[in-house]
Amino acid sequence: MALTKLKGNLERILDKNLADLVRGIRNNKENEVKYIAQCIEEIKAELKQENIAVKANAVAKLSYLQMIGYDISWAGFNIIEVMSSNKFTFKRIGYLAASQSFHQDTEVLMLTTNMIRKDLSSQNQYDAGVTLSGLACFINQDLARDLANDLMTLLSSTKPYIRKKAVLLMYKVFLSFPDALRPAFPRLKEKLEDPDPGVQSAAVNVICELARKNPKNYLSLAPIFFKLMTSSTNNWMLIKIIKLFGALTPLEPRLGKKLIEPLTNLIHSTSAMSLLYECINTVIAVLISISTGMPSHSASIQLCVQKLRILIEDSDQNLKYLGLLAMSKILKTHPKSVQAHKDLILLCLDDKDESIRLRALDLLYGMVSKKNLMEIVKKLMVHMDRAEGTQYRDELLSKIIEICSQDNYHFITNFEWYISVLVDLSRMEGLRQGHVVASQLMDVAIRVPAIRPFSVEQMALLLETSSGFAVRGITGQVAFSSMCEVLYAAAWICGEFASHLKEPEAVLECILKSKVTVLPGHIQAVFIHNLMKLYAHILHKSSTPDEKERAQLTLFVLQERLTPFMQSADLEVQERASTAVHVLKVISKLQDASEGDAVNELMQLFQGELNPVAPKAQRKVPLPEGLDLDAWINEPEPESDEEPKADGGSLDIFYKSSTSAPDFRDGYQGEGVYDETEHVQSDDIRQRQQVRRDALRVEQANNPHYLKGSSQARRSPSSSSQLLSPTEEIPVMSINLSVPLQVSASKKLSDKYLELERSKEASSDSKKHRSKRDKKKKKKKDTSDEEEVVENVAPQVISTMELPEGARLSDSEDDGRPQTDPHRALNIDLEDHSYPKEKPVVRVTLEPAATTPPAKIKISKSRNGVEGLKEEKAKRKKTKQEKEDKVAKTKGVNLNDDLDFWLSASNGNEGKEKKVVTKGETTIDETAMSDSKKTVKKKKETKEKKEKKVKKEKKEKKNTKDCDDQNNHLSEITTAPVAIAWKSLVDDKRLIMKYRVVAVPHDEHQVLVPVQLHNRSSKLIHSMIFNVIDSSNARLCRGQHEQDGVELPHKLTSQSRVEIPFAFAVADNTILHQLRGVLTYMTQGENGSVSEKLDFKLQIPSSVFLSSEPISGDQFAELLASQELLSKDKAVCEGIALSQAIDRVSRELSMRLVEMDSSGASASLYCRHSTGHHLCILMKSQADGRLSIYGKSSNPSLVSSVMEEMRQMFA
Amino acid sequence: MIKAILVFNNHGKPRLSKFYQYFNEDMQQQIVRETFQLVSKRDDNVCNFLEGGSLIGGSDYKLIYRHYATLYFVFCVDSSESELGILDLIQVFVETLDRCFENVCELDLIFHVDKVHYILNELVMGGMVLETNMSEILSRIEDQNKLEKSEAGLISLKNVNLPNLPNIPQQIKDIKLPDLPQAIKDLKF
Repeated sequence: MALTKLKGNLERILDKNLADLVRGIRNNKENEVKYIAQCIEEIKAELKQENIAVKANAVAKLSYLQMIGYDISWAGFNIIEVMSSNKFTFKRIGYLAASQSFHQDTEVLMLTTNMIRKDLSSQNQYDAGVTLSGLACFINQDLARDLANDLMTLLSSTKPYIRKKAVLLMYKVFLSFPDALRPAFPRLKEKLEDPDPGVQSAAVNVICELARKNPKNYLSLAPIFFKLMTSSTNNWMLIKIIKLFGALTPLEPRLGKKLIEPLTNLIHSTSAMSLLYECINTVIAVLISISTGMPSHSASIQLCVQKLRILIEDSDQNLKYLGLLAMSKILKTHPKSVQAHKDLILLCLDDKDESIRLRALDLLYGMVSKKNLMEIVKKLMVHMDRAEGTQYRDELLSKIIEICSQDNYHFITNFEWYISVLVDLSRMEGLRQGHVVASQLMDVAIRVPAIRPFSVEQMALLLETSSGFAVRGITGQVAFSSMCEVLYAAAWICGEFASHLKEPEAVLECILKSKVTVLPGHIQAVFIHNLMKLYAHILHKSSTPDEKERAQLTLFVLQERLTPFMQSADLEVQERASTAVHVLKVISKLQDASEGDAVNELMQLFQGELNPVAPKAQRKVPLPEGLDLDAWINEPEPESDEEPKADGGSLDIFYKSSTSAPDFRDGYQGEGVYDETEHVQSDDIRQRQQVRRDALRVEQANNPHYLKGSSQARRSPSSSSQLLSPTEEIPVMSINLSVPLQVSASKKLSDKYLELERSKEASSDSKKHRSKRDKKKKKKKDTSDEEEVVENVAPQVISTMELPEGARLSDSEDDGRPQTDPHRALNIDLEDHSYPKEKPVVRVTLEPAATTPPAKIKISKSRNGVEGLKEEKAKRKKTKQEKEDKVAKTKGVNLNDDLDFWLSASNGNEGKEKKVVTKGETTIDETAMSDSKKTVKKKKETKEKKEKKVKKEKKEKKNTKDCDDQNNHLSEITTAPVAIAWKSLVDDKRLIMKYRVVAVPHDEHQVLVPVQLHNRSSKLIHSMIFNVIDSSNARLCRGQHEQDGVELPHKLTSQSRVEIPFAFAVADNTILHQLRGVLTYMTQGENGSVSEKLDFKLQIPSSVFLSSEPISGDQFAELLASQELLSKDKAVCEGIALSQAIDRVSRELSMRLVEMDSSGASASLYCRHSTGHHLCILMKSQADGRLSIYGKSSNPSLVSSVMEEMRQMFA
Repeated sequence: MIKAILVFNNHGKPRLSKFYQYFNEDMQQQIVRETFQLVSKRDDNVCNFLEGGSLIGGSDYKLIYRHYATLYFVFCVDSSESELGILDLIQVFVETLDRCFENVCELDLIFHVDKVHYILNELVMGGMVLETNMSEILSRIEDQNKLEKSEAGLISLKNVNLPNLPNIPQQIKDIKLPDLPQAIKDLKF
């Protein structure tokens, strides 16, 4: 025994360790592969040895080899052996190798369940720690299910290190095994308040990840997070929480309103840029979610934009980048605020850093105006010339198109310029977005009728120089760059608007001449179809015998040249060519017989105005009854070796190449628009097309594109070489062209418009200028002077889109989360307690040890059997879980209600405001009302208690914290929900009256006084009349017929309550108003109906008009030093601590704590009256336990009335 | 979430790769190569963020990296992570390495990739930030080293101290920690 051990040690010393391996590889650079192969052999030998140290050494080396790209999955079993060692050193090596090479589908993982369970419960926290870390990397569904309970236990481990790791691991468990989320959630929530900051942070992290994907399920946690946010000083955690709030606010605008203030405070106070940045981001999210702009919010936007500007101007590129990123979020909702910083953003376009330029590009679309569009685009074009890397170029291209086409070409005043830009773009090299340019060209031509002549002219030019798109490949074959897509647009525009062409024959010749056959099929098809249109136009135009003869010639040429295409491998091309050739034949026959009106027959084929089709139109076409798009029309042939090639040339503008109607689309591939229109048109002129139909019938019978019986054999495909030769042999007939307008390569076509624009600005003499411009535009012969004058006015853009009847563009679409996203399964409503708990997490103990040979690999399959044995155990667990469930239930319910209360507390005023309108007319379901009031009240009480408790804790912590913390802390106090307590008004044996006073936002001369009436008797109370004796400064707002008091329509049953809001007009709101009033009512006495009367005294304090406003310590000092605050008052109170006093005044009088001296003996508070008067309070706790309060204000009555209130409050 | 952490040198040689999402070995190598190509062509004075693009994950992901002397530290993260926070985490990672290896240099990473992994495991777990407090991290690492040593007394591992290595050029010896921009230094733990 000892001998073998010694032998093992000796062998080990001879082995290479990891460092030796690394060194070896470095020394064998030339034959690295061979050397490593040799090492792997050695490792295999080492793995066969008994000694665990040798094995661990081998596995450590394997981890290294894995990093440099070698598959080590073959050693999976050995890795598990090393993992199962009871030595930490080896275990760690094993788990590292496992975490690097194992994944969800690793089969050996099913052997590890028991071993991992043992390791998790190890006494040594580092054994468990290593296990948790490893598990986080390779956990799969089986492990997650089997270990979920063990991990749950670890959540309450005594060691924070383990708790922290277990909490994080739970997230992975949820992803793999969503059923674990519900039972684990309450435990996880507890961890948010774990004493260890690391655990707390981990829990926040996990919930943030969960909430990011399914935010609405976590809304109820908002109060806890809010508390954490206002109390924590851990910036990492704050960032996570603030990010989480950013995800929650879109769901709950009230939350956003609550957040604005503390976030603004953080923005002002924090020195950490990362935190500042996240605060800004969340404020932006909040502002986006609150669409109704409150005045204070524009201040928030300004603040954000200002801070972002500082970031963008910073020399640190990272801050600049982030600043731009955040700016783009504001741009969506508040473009005006961003536009103010246009200069800065345009500057960033020239930054040396590509990431920053890209971000600036994102912002650009909000920066353009009619004036600067040309300049900006020019700038981008220059960038594109210089830029390296296709990705950046493509980005530039799509940005140019985006900013120009936005808002229905709103900013384009000169479409000639835009067409030129597009043509320039199509001549750029190395772009991959040809189809985007093509669809733009078509879109502009279709939707801007005025530009068609120019557009057609340019397109003809493009076709003429189409060989420019050819790229000679490595093999010498001619291929076309992606930009050849523009030829599609060019041919189509020329064909469709042929009437604007000056030389249709020339264009026709150009199309025929170009190396058509190397173009993609859908372009060839469009070429053929548009040749027909061109020919129809030529025929139509020809009037003189000479012209007619030439048209006849063209017909022959066309027939001859199109015939080879009938054998094209591309089905679409084949069909188009066949159709065309046969139509031409018919025409030729008709002409020979010189009977009928051949020209008009042909023209009919292409008649009809085109309208843009809305992007979703195809999808919105209602499915006719009985049509099943998925059903086979004919059973598919068992073998089809020729599939129609799907091409990528889809045009987004006209239809989205999406999934919903592939069956339709196939037929229209590459010709999205006019085919459909054509079919519609054909209905009207069906009879006149009879001739054509006859001709086509034969053709259709032979064409696989038409649906027919499967018995018809398909046309045999012809090879492309066969196709090529006849086309090239065709003699080229030259047609006299007018001088072709060559575009010089050095100068951009679009530049002249820019120059024009500039010179226009420079020169005020428009007449002289116009003649100059005429010279410049020699080629535009048919442009009359009048047109030039109108040029400045942007031409009309057709903005209507065709849609099927009844369909709307804005119809909602699916959110589009991919089916495979694991977060879909985690969308569990965690507050839904009706969910039955019938699926307890079954704990399966696998008997075989982890080190058993792989022969038992199928063990997990037999789990069902094991399950039976464990049923009893599961039952026991069930009852336990039910108990837990109950606890969770009550908690959850509370939380849910809490959330509503928590949210409503801050903006209760708003709700009240609404009630003013319906004052006195509301018939309230009294019992329901009273019930809800009761609960609200109860909750409020508990809430207040809670708050106080929290605050106390804070206080204790406070003294130890440094100054920086204090700011955070201060904001926390002032943001506590303002809950105005009910004050007792008057009561008798039957009725209790309570009231409170609420300010009406933005109205400094009105207050709302909700009065609560509670019938404590057993009899019905009715016919109540409420009246107040108005004073000179305050009066009750009542209707015209209510001068003698307001009749209340309510009938108070026994023990019910009702709350009635009354509005009071207040002339001077800086003083305390006392109003006498009376309430009369009828009730059932011993001797029948009696009338009763209640006298009361109502107080309207000036403090309801106070609002807490943020003020920095410096500003505060400045204010005190100024001569503004001349009015003073003083009060002395007994029996109240400073902290309590601050707490109450900040809550009830909306005062904000400005600063507190370090000893905690005195504090300054500040608030502002709605009239703009300042009020500063200094509280000092005296040596004899009394509290002296000094007030200073710019208004004498204000300070005295508020001090009086405080005296009453602390009396 | 952090999707991957890569460390490679100025020539693209991987020094550490940690993927929190499964990719096979070939794919991992390709990702390292592509990331190196993206990162290495950037100047040192440009920003440290890079849109990951098609590389890992898609548009929600960013590459956040730092360049120290001969090494690039690259984190691939999604939008739930704070950009500046991750930059800071990289700094914490490097400073921790510096403390553990006493003036860390590329060689330390080359020969002790396992130790680097153990250190990283104390910072990040399964793609989530585990701990950012350096003293806590260091004490955990220290504890585990002690544990290992106590076991080594029984097993007597081969000496892992590095002998002199003549074939390593001198200039890669020192990874100097550059001065952090003020903005990032401010993040306190």
